[in-house]
Amino acid sequence: MTASLLSKSLLRRDAAVSPEALIRLLVLLAGMALLVVGLLFPLFAMLVKSVQDRSGDFIGLANFIRYFQTPALVNSIANSLSVALMATVTVVSLAFVCAYGITRTCMPGKRLFRMLAILPILAPSLLPAISLVYLFGNQGFLRDVLAGHSIYGPIGIVMGMSFWIFPHALMLLTTALTNSDARLYEAAEALGTPKWRTFLTITLPGVRYGLISCLFVVFTLAITDFGVPKIIGGQFSVLATDVYRQVVGQQNFQMGAVVSVILLLPAVLSFIVDRWIQRRQVAQLSARAVPWQPTPSPLRDWTFALLCYTVAGIILLVIGTAVYASLIQFWPYNLSFTLQHYTFQGLGGGGWGAWFNSLKLAFSVALIGTLVIFFNAWLIEKSEGYRPLRQGLHFMAMLPMAVPGMVLGLAYIFFFNQAGNPLNWLYGTMAILVLNTLVHFYTVCHLTSVTALKQLDPEFEAVGASLKVPFWTTFSRVTLPVSLPAVLDISVYLFVNAMTTVSAVVFLYNSDTRLASVAVLHLDEAGYFSSAAAMAVLIFLTSLVVKLLHSALTHVLLNNAQRWRQAG
Amino acid sequence: MLMPRRLFQTTLLAGAVAAALSSHAQATELTVYTAVESDDLQKYAERFNAAHPDTTINWVRDSTGVITARLLAEKNNPQADVIWGLAATSLLLLEEEGLLERYAPAGVENLDPKFVDVAYQSGEDPAWVGMDAWVAAICYNTIEGERQGVPMPTSWEDLTQPEFQGHVIMPNPNSSGTGYLDVASWLQLWGEEQGWDYMDRLHNNISRYTHSGSAPCSLAATGEAVVGVSFAFRGARLKSQGAPIEVVFPEEGLGWDMEAAGIVEGTDKLDAAQTLMDWIVSREANELYNEGYAVVAYPGVAQPIENYPSDITDRMIDADFQWAAVNRERVLAEWQRRYDGKTEQ
Repeated sequence: MTASLLSKSLLRRDAAVSPEALIRLLVLLAGMALLVVGLLFPLFAMLVKSVQDRSGDFIGLANFIRYFQTPALVNSIANSLSVALMATVTVVSLAFVCAYGITRTCMPGKRLFRMLAILPILAPSLLPAISLVYLFGNQGFLRDVLAGHSIYGPIGIVMGMSFWIFPHALMLLTTALTNSDARLYEAAEALGTPKWRTFLTITLPGVRYGLISCLFVVFTLAITDFGVPKIIGGQFSVLATDVYRQVVGQQNFQMGAVVSVILLLPAVLSFIVDRWIQRRQVAQLSARAVPWQPTPSPLRDWTFALLCYTVAGIILLVIGTAVYASLIQFWPYNLSFTLQHYTFQGLGGGGWGAWFNSLKLAFSVALIGTLVIFFNAWLIEKSEGYRPLRQGLHFMAMLPMAVPGMVLGLAYIFFFNQAGNPLNWLYGTMAILVLNTLVHFYTVCHLTSVTALKQLDPEFEAVGASLKVPFWTTFSRVTLPVSLPAVLDISVYLFVNAMTTVSAVVFLYNSDTRLASVAVLHLDEAGYFSSAAAMAVLIFLTSLVVKLLHSALTHVLLNNAQRWRQAG
Repeated sequence: MLMPRRLFQTTLLAGAVAAALSSHAQATELTVYTAVESDDLQKYAERFNAAHPDTTINWVRDSTGVITARLLAEKNNPQADVIWGLAATSLLLLEEEGLLERYAPAGVENLDPKFVDVAYQSGEDPAWVGMDAWVAAICYNTIEGERQGVPMPTSWEDLTQPEFQGHVIMPNPNSSGTGYLDVASWLQLWGEEQGWDYMDRLHNNISRYTHSGSAPCSLAATGEAVVGVSFAFRGARLKSQGAPIEVVFPEEGLGWDMEAAGIVEGTDKLDAAQTLMDWIVSREANELYNEGYAVVAYPGVAQPIENYPSDITDRMIDADFQWAAVNRERVLAEWQRRYDGKTEQ
């Protein structure tokens, strides 16, 4: 209805409508429809559910009142906030030191460090939690470090979260610290300003937007994380695990919806703040700025190298522990090596079939997602006309970032499992997992696409149009090939996330579409800890192989097909 | 060169392929809901298929609480055809909701009457049939016990002693059938008031409540806990695998529940469902159950199992499943009100 009205009004404005323009409109509307069906409708269904009772009658805020009257549930808000804050402080300060080492010192082995620092992204967030039990549990070889405190609870949660969020923070802060104006530092030096003062008055203010943005991103990731508190939270409940417990443990969907709405609040809030900051940041670096280059300073350089490699060592220790755990016969009483935990024989969870399903999902999401997201971004960025529609699509593309995985997954149950929904057939299929994962990780891919497209000369489209070549030819013959590195980045990002994510899909799989990441969870729940570790390692290795292939491919592409980049 | 069209074709195609892959319909497929330990599911299906190769079983497995809640939630639009291996207390509850199709499997008369829906004795077709008894037990890690100065318990009451503080793990009765049979049996053994009083004292010693009934024993087996309140099957199996645990059968008596099976009302695959039910009560099937469980429905089948006491039948309490089923919701709500803060996520 609205769509047809909209198209009518738009059509009237452009008096002479070419078939090409009509197709352009249709694909824009299709892109919009994807996000409306894949995001807005499910979220709306969830909000509705939170104000209904079990039989579906409207009961106002009664569910919320009951929520706030149940101490076991309300406590989770404070728990979530406290672990998220602790994780944020830990991650951002560590990442800041490391990013500073990468960008502002001449420490040796930067490339190697950056490679090692990225590793946690390739593992499901359940992996660090499993490793921590082996490291710091009652039988862990480092348990004395905790001085009698239990790893099951806030300590374990903060450690596990810090592990997998660290690379995200490092990337953001490295970018922020790369932009520097050498003229300011020269002036400071000329004036004899002490180093600490230069840091406080030039460096910190220079990265303040990047830093604040990083704080919010990390906080959001931490407060919405499900995998780590699920495995190692013990009796310490947080919002994300409450959603799971209400829905899966007790089939109390209404209360699950209420907790989801509460979980949505901090995420949306930090999303808004982040958007606001991004907007202010634009004019920060003037065109006349000269990039600052560090000069060697052995003491400083080796100090930072030591710090960075300690962090890298911890990352390797955590991953190594999971690998070790998966290869041990019977921890901690029989330490002989075995591959038997990789057979997953008769343990439920789906075994290798689940791994295969995950591969199917990851490849589908990488293929379909990359094309759809990049094509939509191109329509928004590079096409003429339908401006309100393009802006609307851009806004919609930003929203998924504010929606936690648990919330999106639950929202899909409410929307797609409704009797009478024409899309009901999707429920329980692989297709719904593809759609859900695509939407879940839409925003970062969209932003990457937009950045890549902005670097391209708008002349391509203008020339195409003047030659009367339809827009899809320009897209497939020129834009897509030229942007191949960015497109590959997006596809590998989608692949890795589809392999590792557990929060949204945990509500959506069925017996034919079990996933490896969900299997890790179920194996751990049932007490098969070594097999859970084995499955987590399997996911990690799969992502690692794909990531290495991607690096090799990008390298070849940049050397051959993209030689024009250097020519200019 | 019509890129957009090809693009959307790809999208549609991928969707269609995914949909097709998820429904490879050939022979009769039965969707079977179960809470049977996942170690054994493949074996159960294989043995059944040896006799009936034309029926494929699609298992949907989760812990007892989850499967029960799921069946109740799907009441108006049932997804399961058969339930094979769910607590009898749950099946009683489902029967009350009218979710079970009555059927007398061929050979049901051979079973111990205790293991068949009581309605069968008054001439009706039974709504469910039992398979085996699944018995509460405590897994005690001998190495950790010695190291941490926690003695081996011999009774339920022992677990409330001060030296056990923070060393006991038990399943959450809301999600775990084992957890519920523990709670229900304590309330039956000692009556409501003393039962809750016992759980209050026990709660002080619990380090956490787990999602599944196996996890406490697994945690005891790996030394993460000293004492795991679990069930005999898991304890016996872990001990056979070399875990340094003793399986303790508390002296006050052993709570138990029955694994049972039934047909879901309204299934459109009634023939295949009945064939499966006929096999479920067969001697052959009971021999299969006996590979993991010491007490099975078919008299004379049971062979002693490693790590189980020989007198286990005598030590099982006189469990009233009807009571456990009728009071399930109330007991669980009360439990949640008292102890939910300590549940594992």
